[in-house]
Amino acid sequence: MQTRRDMLTRSASVAAALAGLGLLPQTALANWSQAAFEAKTLPELMKALGTSGPAESKDVTITGPDIAENGAVVPVGAATTLPNVKRLLLLVEKNPNMLAAMFDVTDAVEPSISTRVKMGQSSNVFAVAITGDNKVLYAAKEIKVTLGGCGG
Amino acid sequence: MADPMRIRAQAQGDKTTVRVLMSHEMETGQRKDAAGKTIPAWFIQEVSATHNGKPVMTAQWGPSVAKNPFLQFTIKGAKAGDKVAISWKDNRGDTRTDEATVS
Repeated sequence: MQTRRDMLTRSASVAAALAGLGLLPQTALANWSQAAFEAKTLPELMKALGTSGPAESKDVTITGPDIAENGAVVPVGAATTLPNVKRLLLLVEKNPNMLAAMFDVTDAVEPSISTRVKMGQSSNVFAVAITGDNKVLYAAKEIKVTLGGCGG
Repeated sequence: MADPMRIRAQAQGDKTTVRVLMSHEMETGQRKDAAGKTIPAWFIQEVSATHNGKPVMTAQWGPSVAKNPFLQFTIKGAKAGDKVAISWKDNRGDTRTDEATVS
């Protein structure tokens, strides 16, 4: 039987081996922005990220269903045609904490990302793009949820 | 250690679409169990992607990313045979890295 200690030791040694091979990027060690993930409103979030107020933009698009039957799995995507984007955020307005995910993109990837989020209730979902010169642009979409994903 | 991720990287012209399915509980810390006790949060906090060893994207996630998270993104300039690696770290400090070859 494997004990937890065995597993931890093994995963640590694998991680060390990977680090030695240069497979683990340095950026993986970046700190998780707790303040941003605890923000409950858009102004709070913008303050936590140190950016200015957002403006609605046609250059940012959000994809998602109009009605999600199951709030536990809602496919959403954020994309933008703007140049020089450094960060994409996905926000769910009425979740206990707004920020669902934050992607730091480089020039090597397209500023277009899809994932799945949980939604407690019908709410606006925002895709936010932050450019290299600190412009904050967003697009919003209302997604109706027939069965919440955050209750117990 | 957690179950392996399923990674699919498909080249199309000069772009490669990467789809990742991770295996993780993604517990929010908001739910309560039958006895009324709060189930502690357990979710992936950091995700990073590399293309041939070079970091191309990092992400920070909150607990509202769905269980067994799915992620799709596009790498410019990746071609068949290139290596794409994804790693994540959760709030308990567990990590996992998996690699796939672009097809």
